[in-house]
Amino acid sequence: MNGVHDMGGMHGFGAVAPEAGEPVFHERWEARALALTLAAGAWGRWTLDASRYARERIPPADYLHMSYYEKWIAGLSTLLVEARLVTREEIANGRAAAGAAKSTPPLKADRVPASLAHGGAMERTVLVEPIYSPGMTVRARNINPVGHTRLPRYARGRVGTVTRHHGAHVFPDSNAHGLGEQPQHLYQVRFEGRELWGETNNSEVYIDLWESYLEPG
Amino acid sequence: MTLRVKALESLLVEKGIVDPAALDAIIDTYEHNVGPRNGARVVARAWSDPAYKARLLKDATAAIAELGYGGRQGEHMIVVENTPKIHNLVVCTLCSCYPWPVLGLPPVWYKSAPYRSRAVIEPRGVLAEFGLSLPDDVEIRVWDSTAEIRYLVLPERPPGTEALGEEELAALVTRDSMIGVARASQTKAES
Repeated sequence: MNGVHDMGGMHGFGAVAPEAGEPVFHERWEARALALTLAAGAWGRWTLDASRYARERIPPADYLHMSYYEKWIAGLSTLLVEARLVTREEIANGRAAAGAAKSTPPLKADRVPASLAHGGAMERTVLVEPIYSPGMTVRARNINPVGHTRLPRYARGRVGTVTRHHGAHVFPDSNAHGLGEQPQHLYQVRFEGRELWGETNNSEVYIDLWESYLEPG
Repeated sequence: MTLRVKALESLLVEKGIVDPAALDAIIDTYEHNVGPRNGARVVARAWSDPAYKARLLKDATAAIAELGYGGRQGEHMIVVENTPKIHNLVVCTLCSCYPWPVLGLPPVWYKSAPYRSRAVIEPRGVLAEFGLSLPDDVEIRVWDSTAEIRYLVLPERPPGTEALGEEELAALVTRDSMIGVARASQTKAES
């Protein structure tokens, strides 16, 4: 979706403001927000891509106004309700509805270190050969999907060079929407700054792009 | 937000959706066990051991796993090397992708609109705000983390550190130098 989360190249947000000696969490609720998101994710009712899409659907004015972990709580609430693990009323009340079933959490404390250390690899084996290979010229397609996508707007329609083939990876545009992993070949593509931003830009941007985002350049 | 998150947590605990002890364990992991000191050890090893550096640049996920690091948000790692003529900078313009196993959770500025919007279009301006002004002939490569590939910058080894051992070298490696917004320190780093 052409949302406000797709920020690459926008102007007007001001200077970057690093904080010296920044703590991992500024408030305890931020730590709980992170942990709740990871622990609830262990149900497997939504994918990482779906959780990103839930945050992208936050209305733009709210998205820009909210702090990072406020967005996480908003996204988590959406996911929990859509997965029917809780209702909007239960979230509003902070307690379970009368007669609601009690489940067993899938992630127990003793499994946390192993779970985090294992992660979730996204590379898959596919039978089709990759269309592109390093050195080939490609163009990022000018597409504007209304759902989740990882093709940033600033790259659409631009010509770059394939610099690496990563193998086949889970396709976010389907995986975010419950349409399955549909893995595709994934490429690292180098774009010259002047192609993206005009003649005076002399940097380079490397973007990881799925095969269906690309066409021959 | 404190009350709102507390209410959500008590609801999820009451319904048996999350285990409060698991929440504590997750938080403990990222506050105490997983952070930029992991990445600093990877960099110091690469500076000290040319064979390790070669493995790191060829297959970063495997080389990082040799030191015991890996997992969530670091399943597919690539290390990019800074040289006198090439400077690398990592960003996630679409959200906040960041190599957790080697750097921990990202700082607020990395997740902020100013950094996400500007790193790709004016990296030199962003670097200057971090106090890093690079000569015009240095090629700047910006890595936008759009897939599940996570990028770690291998900063240049500071001059005058030839006599230092791996542990002393690791102390020079800042989080920011592994994102690419700073050089490694010549004196012991704070973060």
